[in-house]
Amino acid sequence: MADVKTEASSASTPPKRRRGGQPEFGPKRPLTSGGILALVIKVVLLGIIDALAVFGLYVLVGKGDWVAAAVLVAVVALVNYIYLKPGVLPAKYLTPGLFFLAVFQVFVIFYTGYISFTNYGDAHNSTKEDAIAQIVRTSQERVPDSPSYAVEIYRQADQYGMLVAEPGGGTAFGTNEQPLEDATSAPDGWERLDLNQVLRFQDEVLALTVPVSDDINDGTLRTPDGSTAFVFTSTLEYDEAADTFTDTESGVVYSDDGEGNFRAEDGQTLTPGWRVVVGWENYAYAFTNDQIRDPLIRVTIWTFAFAFFSTLLCFALGLFLAIVFNHPTLRGKKIYRILVILPYAFPTYLTGLVWAGMLNQEFGFINEVLFGGANIPWLSDPWLARLSVLLVNMWLGYAYMFLVCTGALQSLPDDVIEAAKMDGAGAWRIFRSIKLPLLFVAVAPLLIATFAFNFNNFSVIFMLTGGNPRFPDTTMPIGATDIMITMVYKIAFGSGGGRDYGLASALSILIFIIVAIIAAVSFRSTKSLEDLH
Amino acid sequence: MKVNKKGALAISAFIAGGALVLSGCASGGGDNGDNGGDNEDTTPITVWVDIERKPALEPISEQFTEETGIEVKLVTKDFATVDQDFISQVPTGKGPDVIVSPHDKLGAYYAAGVVAPLELGDVADGFSESSLAAVTYDGKVYGVPYSVENVALVRNADLVSEPAETYDEVIANGTAAGTEYPFLVGLSPEQGDPYHLYPFQTSFGSQVFAQNADGSYDASQLVLGDEQGIAFADWLGTQGAAGTGVFNANIDGDKAREFFIAGQSPYYLTGPWNIPAIAEAGINYAIDPLPSAGGQEAKPFVGVNAFFLSSKSTNALAATNYIVNYLSTEEAQLSLFEVGGRPPALTAAYETAAADDPDVAAFGAIGQTGAPMPAIPEMGSVWSDWGNAELQIIKGEGGEPAEIWTVAAQNVQSSIDG
Repeated sequence: MADVKTEASSASTPPKRRRGGQPEFGPKRPLTSGGILALVIKVVLLGIIDALAVFGLYVLVGKGDWVAAAVLVAVVALVNYIYLKPGVLPAKYLTPGLFFLAVFQVFVIFYTGYISFTNYGDAHNSTKEDAIAQIVRTSQERVPDSPSYAVEIYRQADQYGMLVAEPGGGTAFGTNEQPLEDATSAPDGWERLDLNQVLRFQDEVLALTVPVSDDINDGTLRTPDGSTAFVFTSTLEYDEAADTFTDTESGVVYSDDGEGNFRAEDGQTLTPGWRVVVGWENYAYAFTNDQIRDPLIRVTIWTFAFAFFSTLLCFALGLFLAIVFNHPTLRGKKIYRILVILPYAFPTYLTGLVWAGMLNQEFGFINEVLFGGANIPWLSDPWLARLSVLLVNMWLGYAYMFLVCTGALQSLPDDVIEAAKMDGAGAWRIFRSIKLPLLFVAVAPLLIATFAFNFNNFSVIFMLTGGNPRFPDTTMPIGATDIMITMVYKIAFGSGGGRDYGLASALSILIFIIVAIIAAVSFRSTKSLEDLH
Repeated sequence: MKVNKKGALAISAFIAGGALVLSGCASGGGDNGDNGGDNEDTTPITVWVDIERKPALEPISEQFTEETGIEVKLVTKDFATVDQDFISQVPTGKGPDVIVSPHDKLGAYYAAGVVAPLELGDVADGFSESSLAAVTYDGKVYGVPYSVENVALVRNADLVSEPAETYDEVIANGTAAGTEYPFLVGLSPEQGDPYHLYPFQTSFGSQVFAQNADGSYDASQLVLGDEQGIAFADWLGTQGAAGTGVFNANIDGDKAREFFIAGQSPYYLTGPWNIPAIAEAGINYAIDPLPSAGGQEAKPFVGVNAFFLSSKSTNALAATNYIVNYLSTEEAQLSLFEVGGRPPALTAAYETAAADDPDVAAFGAIGQTGAPMPAIPEMGSVWSDWGNAELQIIKGEGGEPAEIWTVAAQNVQSSIDG
């Protein structure tokens, strides 16, 4: 198609071009858009990409990860197609952008979504095979007060055995199959392993379990370091066919409960568990757990309030200062502007801690100096704590709004304001009816972005109050100044049982949905502002 | 022409790709072939260590390499997040063989299945009882401890010359000294500080979890809210804002240190981490065991630093050998002591260190009989309610101390039950 079009167009304008496609006038244009060098670079780059892809494919197929391999093949094939085919210029420019969008945005969201349907967390950390191996490993128990035996490791073909110095003074030899038997040395044909060889075959040496006697309940000799052995007994037996663990003492059977644990009938589970897909369980948790449900509502309301008032206060103060410092007759503007921008230069987590100290009820700068030693519980009364968080966040954020508003104010057309003045409008009237609406066109999207940012403003809450003071009516460590993201952090990572990525992902997806809806609605409504232009 | 050129281009791209496959295959397959007796292909042991302790491990690791031919790679990690990295990376096979870590993370490691049990054999006898109990989980030893740390009562010897016998005497001395505060301990105004208040609590015989015979904690038995706990809560109420006001929730850790250094109090309950600042300020200090407030011995929490073996170590035998036989020596423990300044866990090394350094002797002696911080994952559910209850009691808010305490214990129980 593309070729036909070129033919047609060149046919319609014959005098302008020579037969070779070179233009008659102007600078000489090479055959391809970038010349031979560009072509070489293109080939080399594509070659590198393909080579990396083939290598990646090799690794992925080796690991049996067929889905990822298929995706890789599809993506690389597409990239090759786009850059080798002539005439798809827009795609050539868009591809890198789309690629990074896919990697850094789409993939992250989908992966978070996937994790939210699993029980992935510290207690369900790996695969079932790993969990079984670990349970077997930790179920080995050293027989109390069993002596340590000095051992030497021997090998014959694929067989391993150990020569043991018994505590009584004698020596004995045994292998995995053959229990210990008195012997002064290893049988003929067995070769003693030196330290290097022991290390080379360490998997086999570590797997070497020599029964102490014909009765398996007497335990087995195992060596953790290749030179000393101890008598171990196993408290749990794994039955591969039935996929169950059996306690050798009590006879309790632990079977796969489908939720990533070996569970006995009385509900006892073995540690660790493994990662499985659990469906909507994580999402249901937030709405069914009565310790979370009610606080969650209050936290959600406060999150909106916090984000709204933070944005409003920052904007109001930033705009006020921008107007003041924008006054043509004001002197020393530069110094003022530098001073205003200062808070912007400090990292939030640092200022959070500093402000927490300044707001200390008894020794803080605010109470001691500004309020003359008053005993105001800035951070321990729920409402005062909320106010403190808002004020500190205003202090942190107004500089940004000041910058934005200063820029926007300076770009306002003078003639419009001139005209308003001629019409007899006062300063307030000009501000309200002309400056502010024009300002909003430029600033409204930023306000929405600020709102979304404050909605998830983790660091200021976490460093200033840690979400405290606590709600008295929940056992969860949630408090009056917690916003949703800090609450998620505490519930998923902070309380007992280690981190729970599945739950954290589910709650983050919920927050993501809320923020996305707010942003979509707000952006739509700000379009009406643009009609002013 | 055009088509041919593009075709050539595609072919060359595929050739380039193909060449890499071939080289990939070649390098991937290379390791399998030889089975010789040389030690060229031993995998090194990777150790995750903090920047402070790295120099101390270097000579020991060199010695190990000389004697066994196995290289030790010391990788410096950020210690604020190393436990989380360890838990997430071990299952992927990218974790280290050995990690240096505080013992109270052991419960989380165990729950995630990322540590392997160790068999210390006779080596175990050399360690202090509390340090060994700290690295024991569910009856099995998982680590080789190397240092212990705990709080003790630091006294300004210029203000009070003799150690006190009881806590009441401490307060009496503190009041008599005429300073602004009779006694200092750092508390958080928002979260309380159960860690620093724990020795007071144990002096009433109250614990968080019941202990098994071997000193490990039984997660199924939360004893926080028992009679002794309530007795402690009642006493705490008398020391807070509603009583003598000795405990002040508004004095946080930084304030407490500042006041002590300024000579505003003769007593300061703190750990070895604040000693350098106190010494630098020229305070003539002495370190005493905290006298009992409730009649029994005041046992602080003991934190133990230890070496743990990854459950997915591909070099477990060598790593075990390194941890158990090389890091448990007096020499190794002393060189770790020199960089960290905390009393060594190995008794012999502790005695050597204590002979030269009275601070180490004092902190160490208290730590030997202290209560190891429970390493069970259930501890995660405890701190918030526990600290908050202490805070309320100290501030004299929210009702009777006994009631606050009981509710907190119930909350902890229900959050453990999930």
